[in-house]
Amino acid sequence: MVPTAAYLILAAVLFSIGVTAFLIKRNLITVFMSIELMLNAVNLTFVAFAHMWHQVSGQIFVFFVMVVAAAEAAVGLAIIIAIFRTRQTLNVDSVDLMKS
Amino acid sequence: MQLALFIIFGVLAVAGALNLLLQRHPINSALSLVVVMMSLAVLYWSLGAEFLAAAQVIVYSGAIMVFFVFVIMLLNAGEEERTHGSRAAYIVGIPGAAAIFCLLTFVFLSERSHLGTSVMGDYLNQVTSNISELSSVLFTKLLLPFEVTSVLILVAILGAVVLARKEQ
Repeated sequence: MVPTAAYLILAAVLFSIGVTAFLIKRNLITVFMSIELMLNAVNLTFVAFAHMWHQVSGQIFVFFVMVVAAAEAAVGLAIIIAIFRTRQTLNVDSVDLMKS
Repeated sequence: MQLALFIIFGVLAVAGALNLLLQRHPINSALSLVVVMMSLAVLYWSLGAEFLAAAQVIVYSGAIMVFFVFVIMLLNAGEEERTHGSRAAYIVGIPGAAAIFCLLTFVFLSERSHLGTSVMGDYLNQVTSNISELSSVLFTKLLLPFEVTSVLILVAILGAVVLARKEQ
C-alpha cells in the first residue's frame, strides 16, 4: 500500500533534479542526459496515473514517449558529434555563435 | 512488499539522480543515469506495467545509454570545467528548480486524498495480462500513430546519418 501521491512526489524530485542538472551542467552530453532524466520522471507520473485509473492509455503514452526519446537521442547525439567536429569542444559556453 | 520496493528503489533513483548532478566526469553521470533507469523499471513493474518495465530496461538502459557511453568515449570527453556562465545558473536555476518542486509537491499533497493508494496486483481487473491489453489497444485503436512513429524513427535515422557524416 503506497499512496499514489508518493510516486508523484518521487517523480517531482527526479524532475527537479533534472532541471537543476540541465541548468548547472556545462558539458553538452550531460545536459542531454538530464533531459532524459526529466523524460523519465514524467514517464513515472504517467505510469502512476495509469495505475490509479486502471486504464492502459497512460502506459501507451509512456510507450510513445520512449519511442520519441530514442529518436531524439539519435539525432541529438549526431548533432553533438557534428558540434565537436567543428569546434573541438563540448562546453556549452563555447558554443554561442548566435550571440556574436 | 510494495512499500519496501518503493522505498528501496525510490531512494536509489534519487541517489542516482543526485550523483548525476554532482559528478564532474560525463561517464560517471551516464552510469548513475543507468541506476536511475533500472530503479524506475522496478517501480513500473510494481505499478503493474510489466511491458514498460521490460521496455525501460531494453530501450533506455540498453540502447540509449549504450549510445551515450559510446559517444562519450568516441569524443573522449573529459571533466567539465566551471565557467562564468554557470554562476548565473546557480543563482537563478537552483531557486527556480526548488520552486517547481515545491509547487508540484504542494499540488500532489493537497490532492492526496483524491489520488488514493496503489496496491500491488489489483491492476486492470478483467484482463489477463498487461501486455495483451496494451497491444490490443496499440494495434487496433492506435494503429495509425504507431505506424507514424515508425516513420519518425526512419526520419531520425536518416537525420542522424546526415548530421554525423564527415563533410566533403
